[in-house]
Amino acid sequence: MAKIVELTVCELQKKLKSRELSSLEATQAYLESIDSSDKAVGAYLTVTSEQALEAAKAADKLLQSGENVSPLTGVPAGIKDNICTKGVKTTCASKMLENFVPPYDAHVMKKLNEQNFVSLGKLNMDEFAMGGTTENSYYQVTRNPRNLSYVPGGSSGGSAAAVAANEAAFTLGSDTGGSIRQPAAFCGVVGMKPTYGSVSRNGLIAFASSLDQIGPLTKDVRDSALIMDAIAGYDAGDSTSVKREYDSFSSCLEQGVKGMKIALPKEFFDKGIAEEVRNSVLAAAKTYESLGAQIVETSMESLSWALPAYYVISSAEASSNLSRFDGVRYGYRAAEYSTMEELYKNTRSEGFGKEVKRRIMLGSFALSSGYYDAYYKKALQVRTLIVRDFQRVFEECDCILTPVAPTAAYRLGEKVSNPLEMYMGDICTVPVNIAGLPALSLPCGETADGLPVGMQLIGAAFGEKTLYRAAYAFEQVQGAYHLHKTK
Amino acid sequence: MYKNYEMVIGLEVHCELKTNTKIFCSCPTEFGAEPNTQCCPVCMGMPGTLPVLNNQVVEYAVKAGIATNCTIADFSKQDRKNYFYPDLPKAYQISQYDLPLCQNGWLDIETSEGSKRIGITRIHIEEDAGKLVHKEGVGTLLDCNRCGVPLIEIVSEPDIRSAEEAVAYLKKLRAILLYTGVSDCKMNEGSLRCDVNLSVRKKGETAFGTRTEMKNLNSFQYILKAIEFEFKRQVDLVDSGEWVEQETRRFDQSSGKTVSMRKKEDANDYRYFPDPDLAPIVVDKKVLELIRSQIPELPDQRKAVYMEKYGLTAHDSEMLTSDRKIADYFQAAAAKTEYPKLLANLMIAEVFRLMPQDSSEIPVASEHMAGIAQMLGDGTVNSSVGKKLVKDLWQNDCDPYAYVKEHQLEQINDAELLAKLADDVIAANPKSVDDYKKGKVAASKALMGQVMAKTAGKGNPVLIQELLEKKLSEL
Repeated sequence: MAKIVELTVCELQKKLKSRELSSLEATQAYLESIDSSDKAVGAYLTVTSEQALEAAKAADKLLQSGENVSPLTGVPAGIKDNICTKGVKTTCASKMLENFVPPYDAHVMKKLNEQNFVSLGKLNMDEFAMGGTTENSYYQVTRNPRNLSYVPGGSSGGSAAAVAANEAAFTLGSDTGGSIRQPAAFCGVVGMKPTYGSVSRNGLIAFASSLDQIGPLTKDVRDSALIMDAIAGYDAGDSTSVKREYDSFSSCLEQGVKGMKIALPKEFFDKGIAEEVRNSVLAAAKTYESLGAQIVETSMESLSWALPAYYVISSAEASSNLSRFDGVRYGYRAAEYSTMEELYKNTRSEGFGKEVKRRIMLGSFALSSGYYDAYYKKALQVRTLIVRDFQRVFEECDCILTPVAPTAAYRLGEKVSNPLEMYMGDICTVPVNIAGLPALSLPCGETADGLPVGMQLIGAAFGEKTLYRAAYAFEQVQGAYHLHKTK
Repeated sequence: MYKNYEMVIGLEVHCELKTNTKIFCSCPTEFGAEPNTQCCPVCMGMPGTLPVLNNQVVEYAVKAGIATNCTIADFSKQDRKNYFYPDLPKAYQISQYDLPLCQNGWLDIETSEGSKRIGITRIHIEEDAGKLVHKEGVGTLLDCNRCGVPLIEIVSEPDIRSAEEAVAYLKKLRAILLYTGVSDCKMNEGSLRCDVNLSVRKKGETAFGTRTEMKNLNSFQYILKAIEFEFKRQVDLVDSGEWVEQETRRFDQSSGKTVSMRKKEDANDYRYFPDPDLAPIVVDKKVLELIRSQIPELPDQRKAVYMEKYGLTAHDSEMLTSDRKIADYFQAAAAKTEYPKLLANLMIAEVFRLMPQDSSEIPVASEHMAGIAQMLGDGTVNSSVGKKLVKDLWQNDCDPYAYVKEHQLEQINDAELLAKLADDVIAANPKSVDDYKKGKVAASKALMGQVMAKTAGKGNPVLIQELLEKKLSEL
């Protein structure tokens, strides 16, 4: 029998419901797993053992009585540290919020708590979600559980590593330009970036409000759909939340891909993409063909402007969103200052890391008078073009297949000194956020060095169901990478 | 020298809306609560919190827009105005930049020069900031109660040419806002605040001079003084060949002067951009019609009625309609007297004097006020008793007819009695009589006063005047 921490959420849930296993046992198993492997991996910033055990006992009571039992009742999970958790430190991996304890829960936390899940703690990330390696954390480095010399990706590096290291049954991350999908690919797990507006951002500490979405990182595709069933939905507390009927994602998995049209835009397979990655994704396309899907080669010219547009829009929004960290009411405050201006200057100079400061400067510049039209306004125009380009593709096709990142995971420290090269790593993922579309990242192969390679399935707005169908069909053929590695 | 120049003024008025809750959260908006008892994570800008627009704010702003003849945008958006200040928790204010809710309106004002139309450039919605409280020995404290209280900013065209026009504009604007019920417009509580943009130029010129902005003037008195001071200051500079610097100035109440706060080059670059947390504001045609149907009769409509029905002057009508409660009171009283014009005089001369600033409470029942006007009109009491009645009833409201009877305040019309009193006064004041004969008209006033005093203020002044004049000319 598989070890408890090797079980998927679905498997665990069955055992919890049948009382074959208690939530307390499962929670203890995960806490032990964290205890034994997280020294090396470094996924967690805060482990809330006591609260977790209490929550597990409460869940067991429900499971015992059989009343109010939900799919995630008693299931232990980890939460990215930019999602506000009532009474538990939420730092965004920044010195700025070292001691920040929110007096409120994010909407997604409320949703999960309604199901009586068990929170194991808070996960490492790039500071304020800015970065692609989790090396921008003020607190610690997170290592890739597949090979500890490599980065787990970022910014949800802790969330991906925790799932890959069996330190959580599932985790929540956030994705502004690829921050769920890229670490999922680097760590060989499944990551979902939902349609903008389908998961409430209420309580997610904003990086770039028009791009941010919370989503799950899981061991396999079915789990991903299950978590999405729990967290997606309209929230009146988020003005960008979309009011509509939300599908049951987990009930559509087995419908197959026969007759599905899958687009391959050539821009996603350019020379910037490593051959191993390109070959793995193209092989996946062949698999789809063999399953009865039709592959449509296409082109999306607007994509060449996606990266600069993304860095202008996201940095502009970030420069404003992060202004509130001024040392006045909460968070870090510089020890020395004699004027109000010095209080601001010293607090923000000392409290923010290099990458965050770089983005704030970039964004402030792009919004400043005299430059707005040339940068921010132009970026919004590009955004419109990209949205249209995607719409055109989806008139003909059901989903788009691309790599998640140009390469597999980098070695630790490899890209730290070259931010521009780091930004290039987002080339396949940022267009999706710019257009507000859903995209799923799942493992499709391995490099010669034994590192996982991910593929990305992009859907039309609210087309998550299609993505889950396609991803599940592929996983049925290839097997779930993580489960395969664990066993 | 000053008369060769004219001032050009545009006003920016910030007005707190009287909604039950704040603009982006459900905190109450009441004034005067204990510091930091009316705030929540949203209005305090805590990390992760999101704004949700209060629909009542849009409704009220649209109301104000319709009442000031604005075009209401069917599509507008909210923008972030970024700057650091401790009373602004998010370090940006959610406001509206290039697509305001209301545009291109106007209102008519009444001054000693006649009536004039002042253009309104735009009305937009935004959130108020908190308040810094400086405490001796403690330091500067932050009160977040006002954070997120909804405001509208009403920007006028630079159509105003005098301090009198500026105040008339503000009074008219306040009247409209009070009538529509969107704000209580209390300047002393800061729910109506005014920034004055002023420049000067030689009369006849068409180009604008360099303007200064005077911030947060919170009484009509200060606005008048600040404008007059600033006009002279700028004319002095221009006339001696110097430059007016574009800057923000503050009115110093103790010295009556305006002083520089910050120069243009120190001005913030607000880095406005559309707030990505909020959806565009779309005002549906049906909703717009519904709001339009809820606009009550406005001051100008009442003004026209007063002029026509009661024969009041434009100026008096304007004054009586400047507050809806007062206008309602006047109308109720006017219905119960045959002398509405006397009633209007009583209101403007006596009632307005007794009423504290920012109040429209009249502690005298309207039928009692009508009674006073009625007694004035039919000669039961004279005008000085009329004044006294208003004052006395203000302290202790009661039936004025009974009061007049009880205190024997009826006008003395007895010609014989008055003639005798006049004779007595003339006999007792040979000096005044002498003065009068030498042509000092004022001397008759002194004699008149003495006669009146002998009637305990109740004599018929017209009668006394006639008697005195007759007797003096006969001497």
